[in-house]
Amino acid sequence: MSMRATLAFATLRRHPARTVLAVLGIAVAAALLLDMVMLATGMRESFRSLLLTRGYQLRVSPKGTLPFDSEATIDGATAIVAALRANPDITAVSPALGTTLALPGQAFPSVFTLGLEADVQGDYVLEAGRDMPVTAGPSAPLPAVVNHTFLVRTGKRLGDTLTVAAGIDAQLRTAARNRVVVLTGEGRFFYVPAETPVMALPLPDVRTLLGPEYRDRMSVAMAESRLGDSVSVEAVRSWIATTQPRVTAISTETAIRQVEERLSYFRQLAFVLGAISLGIGFLLVATLVTLSVNERRGEIAVLRAIGTQKGGVLRQVLLEGFMLSGAGITGGLFLGLITAKWLNGILRDFPGLPAAFDFFLWSPEAAWKSLALLLVSGTLAGLLPAWRAASIPIIRSLREDAVG
Amino acid sequence: MPLADATVQTVIRCEQVHRRYTMGDAEVHAVRGIDLEIARGEFAAITGPSGCGKSTLLHLLGAIDAPSSGRVLVNGRDTATLGDAEATTFRLQHVGFVFQRFYLMPTLSAQENVELPLAEAGLGKAARRSRASELLGYVGLGDRRGHRPTQLSGGEQQRVAIARALANSPALLLADEPTGELDAATGERLLDLFRQLNRDGTTLVFVTHDHVVADTAQRVIRLLDGQVSSDTRRGER
Repeated sequence: MSMRATLAFATLRRHPARTVLAVLGIAVAAALLLDMVMLATGMRESFRSLLLTRGYQLRVSPKGTLPFDSEATIDGATAIVAALRANPDITAVSPALGTTLALPGQAFPSVFTLGLEADVQGDYVLEAGRDMPVTAGPSAPLPAVVNHTFLVRTGKRLGDTLTVAAGIDAQLRTAARNRVVVLTGEGRFFYVPAETPVMALPLPDVRTLLGPEYRDRMSVAMAESRLGDSVSVEAVRSWIATTQPRVTAISTETAIRQVEERLSYFRQLAFVLGAISLGIGFLLVATLVTLSVNERRGEIAVLRAIGTQKGGVLRQVLLEGFMLSGAGITGGLFLGLITAKWLNGILRDFPGLPAAFDFFLWSPEAAWKSLALLLVSGTLAGLLPAWRAASIPIIRSLREDAVG
Repeated sequence: MPLADATVQTVIRCEQVHRRYTMGDAEVHAVRGIDLEIARGEFAAITGPSGCGKSTLLHLLGAIDAPSSGRVLVNGRDTATLGDAEATTFRLQHVGFVFQRFYLMPTLSAQENVELPLAEAGLGKAARRSRASELLGYVGLGDRRGHRPTQLSGGEQQRVAIARALANSPALLLADEPTGELDAATGERLLDLFRQLNRDGTTLVFVTHDHVVADTAQRVIRLLDGQVSSDTRRGER
């Protein structure tokens, strides 16, 4: 350690309680700043990561709607999906039909159900048991993949069967169609809130269960562009919009932009709180270093008298600010990560949020940038007291100190 | 360009030096036309009543203050022509200061306090350590190197301050009331150290209001109202 660093460290050690409190204050400011940066970037990145979980960059939904924004479905789904699959720039298409099926005799009356093609589906990842086939046929029990909440709330296990019903007549309390379902797998569904029971069934069987009017319908289709860059994805989106007038195609980037617009309040809040935490860190360092310099006017005058240049005093005091900020930021990094995890846990419990959605996301670049900004800010906070220290009139300070 | 000529035999030359400053609304004329020469190897005391301009003169000799008029030449260099950075380097290389209140850095050990001016002069860690140990041994504190100022007596603290002042082998050692905060016995031991330093070749000028302390020097310069009222050498007194 250099002599200047030794002296700076020793100066901070001189009043341990005061230094510890200041470091704690800076740590809290750094933690708040880090959390705000994680919040501001986390929701966007989490949403992007959520949408790109299985590589699909495009969502195709009924004209004028967002995916699963309404109960509207797309007629002529087979032709649309075939046309998309025929495009060499599209590598995969995953159609989905969302509906609610009744659960006669179960603890809760109905379950949100997704009709999917198992080989291309992008809605869940299998965590236990077996996946469902593309279609089960008319007589066999329908194989289903359900989420953990479904199993908990029905008290069922994998391998158990139950009956699902569609076309319920409320007055007659009868169902138009029933099917026995066997629970073959447990999956984690990306877009469905964790607290919502959900079931995935083969798409053709869901269509059959819902009746003839659903024979050729889908709620949404996800498409994957062969080239993943935004220009290529936009070209595919534009082609879909031109060739398929009954649908709206939306890219991940567009969806993120729309979400960002909706979340702009959060970002502004995060920006304001982050700026406040920067200001608090700045003021804490400035206050402590100013106090320290005022207490040491005599000592600083002696340093100047025995041959320390003004620049040396300036660097000395700036180093104190740097050390304070550095210690506070190191503590703040840990504090920020812990509080972010805790707050994320609370916010993720909000109803209606997709299971794979995070509010606070560790984004290294943003986090390091924000902490570096705080470090620079804290170091610069020492600039004014450092300049004052370097400008101390030697004789007057020695005289005042002798009198004092 | 070297800041001073180390070969000159007159270490200090004051020519019609005046120093005025304002204190509150009043102008103080602390030094009034002093002419003075101090040769290499001299051991001089500047004495006089409180407010006679002793400390102001010492500050002028040490280039931490500049005269309002007249010239102060230290080692042949006019201190008034030095800019702040040059004056600071000049002090670092040519002048050692000892203060009444010691002014050691309370959070550093004795060793580190002595190393401070050596670090400013750009010495590496090993060289600093070696030189600081040597100096602390010279002032009789070889076994107290790791102690902080608060763990040392007043006399020991002043010895550390002297070791610090000697760190860069200055041509001139200036001390402002060096025994002012010490008891009589400790003060006497410190003056013994000054005499030893002088015998070893250090040019030494100290300020004291105590006639008995002043009389231990080879030369006593008495000030009155900012002027030299007498300038006597041992044997003349």
